[in-house]
Amino acid sequence: MNIESITNPKIIIKDLNFYYGNFRALKDINLSIAEKMVTAFIGPSGCGKSTLLRTFNRMYQLYPKQKATGEILLDGANILDSKQDLNMLRAKIGMVFQKPTPFPMSIYDNIAFGVKLYESLSKHDMEARVEWALRKAALWTEVKDKLKQSGTGLSGGQQQRLCIARAIAVKPQVLLLDEPTSALDPISTAHIEKLIDELKEDFTIVIVTHNMQQAARISDYTAYMYLGDLIELGETSSVFTNPKRKETEDYITGRFG
Amino acid sequence: MFTHETRLKRQAIFDLLFRSLTRVCAFGVLALLAAIIISLLVGSMPAIHAFGLGFLASSDWDPVSGKFGGMVPIIGTLVTSGIALLIAIPVSFGIAIFLTELSPRVLRRPLGIAIELLAGIPSIIYGMWGLFEFAPLFADHVEPWLNKHVGALPYIGPFFSGPPMGIGLLTAGIILAIMVIPFIASVMRDVFDVVPTLLKESAYGLGATTWEVMWQVVLPYTKVGVAGGIMLGLGRALGETMAVTFVIGNAHELSKSLLMPGNSISSALANEFNEAVGDLYTSSLIELGLILFFITFVVLSIARYMLYKLGQREGQAA
Repeated sequence: MNIESITNPKIIIKDLNFYYGNFRALKDINLSIAEKMVTAFIGPSGCGKSTLLRTFNRMYQLYPKQKATGEILLDGANILDSKQDLNMLRAKIGMVFQKPTPFPMSIYDNIAFGVKLYESLSKHDMEARVEWALRKAALWTEVKDKLKQSGTGLSGGQQQRLCIARAIAVKPQVLLLDEPTSALDPISTAHIEKLIDELKEDFTIVIVTHNMQQAARISDYTAYMYLGDLIELGETSSVFTNPKRKETEDYITGRFG
Repeated sequence: MFTHETRLKRQAIFDLLFRSLTRVCAFGVLALLAAIIISLLVGSMPAIHAFGLGFLASSDWDPVSGKFGGMVPIIGTLVTSGIALLIAIPVSFGIAIFLTELSPRVLRRPLGIAIELLAGIPSIIYGMWGLFEFAPLFADHVEPWLNKHVGALPYIGPFFSGPPMGIGLLTAGIILAIMVIPFIASVMRDVFDVVPTLLKESAYGLGATTWEVMWQVVLPYTKVGVAGGIMLGLGRALGETMAVTFVIGNAHELSKSLLMPGNSISSALANEFNEAVGDLYTSSLIELGLILFFITFVVLSIARYMLYKLGQREGQAA
């Protein structure tokens, strides 16, 4: 399957290379991300899947020795262009990390934090937005009576859903999930996976995961990466049942990795 | 078997000795603290009997007629320390942000070491520099400007008018600020350094600027450490003697203007103990010392209480 066969791409990546100093971590990646679908990046540690994810919101720019070349087109506009405003880009592309990272403030303020960066809502509208985001993240019923309490007092799974709510409160178009369940117990993981399935109605989702079963359960498309190369991209069902490349088959059958 | 038992016995005795020794050390600190408070109290009794609470509200300081009041040095200590913090906190915050977030990696270590070296300079050097270099400069260039532009303003004007002499409360406050900046800045840098990368990335990932990340996420996350650093600085500012003595003017006169000479508790003690004649004079000075001790104690308690309250408001007991 090549990139043209994804009919409604939200993001198109062309000839993307990425460097940590002199080390080339991504090699000529060409890939499309389908709109309002879940695309999973799988592969062994160090294969570049997180690196690839972090180019989509240019998170790597925090670190001086990292750089990307090539093109990443979001709705046709190259986000790697130096004229791209970083803050506006990150309003469109939200991110959730390996570990829950609630800010040291109340649950309400955690959600309102990102919204306040872009919009000046009235108190009433802000309350509505916070409730909307928490409902979307399936957290509302658990926290609606303690919105003024600290976000750091929640359980790990709740904290991660809080982080998802915080990301979607800004109303991004794309949601990047970097191993969002790797620090969570199985029940919390199931919650998040169910949530991802619901969220794809509104958002384009890209998830990096170490867990192949998770990719198989929740994604529509799967990309297998190895040592900075994109080995195979296809519909998840075909990648897992009928991989085109020998390397992919070896990895998903557990013969390697 | 016999030797084994004796060894066990010897170990038990040794352990008992060791435990007693640590206990003596720990309680020794308490005993010392109590002894200092008691000797201060006993020493200041004559002054307390003579002036009562009026000591705090009186600006008299007249060794000839034996009338003493602590208001001038108390206010001087509080005002100079206040000025010092007002300047030092934002500057230190800036230094810490630069060192942890913005500075190129090669500059971080040398800059950090330079700031720590600043903390190691003996305070008398600051005092001499303040008196011979800074005060004249201040008198020639800054104070006339303050007089002209700020002195005419309503409300805050009176604080900045007066003869540009170079020495006075404002100068002392600024010298103190320079002295406490290294303390506050290096503590802030250390606590900012341990903020998890993911937490910062989460805020950047929402599109926050460096300022928003530092101010709204990093600072609340590190508030206990930052407050600790500020208290460390305040503690030094309140008790600093030598540098302040050089530049504060040592005048027991109450003035609204920050440009006028004043006095602080510690510099009054340093200057006057030698020449204090008579019980009442000495006792008044000791009472000032007791008050300084009390101020420091109250400041630390308030800081603790504030942190406790902050922790509670966020739903976690501090």
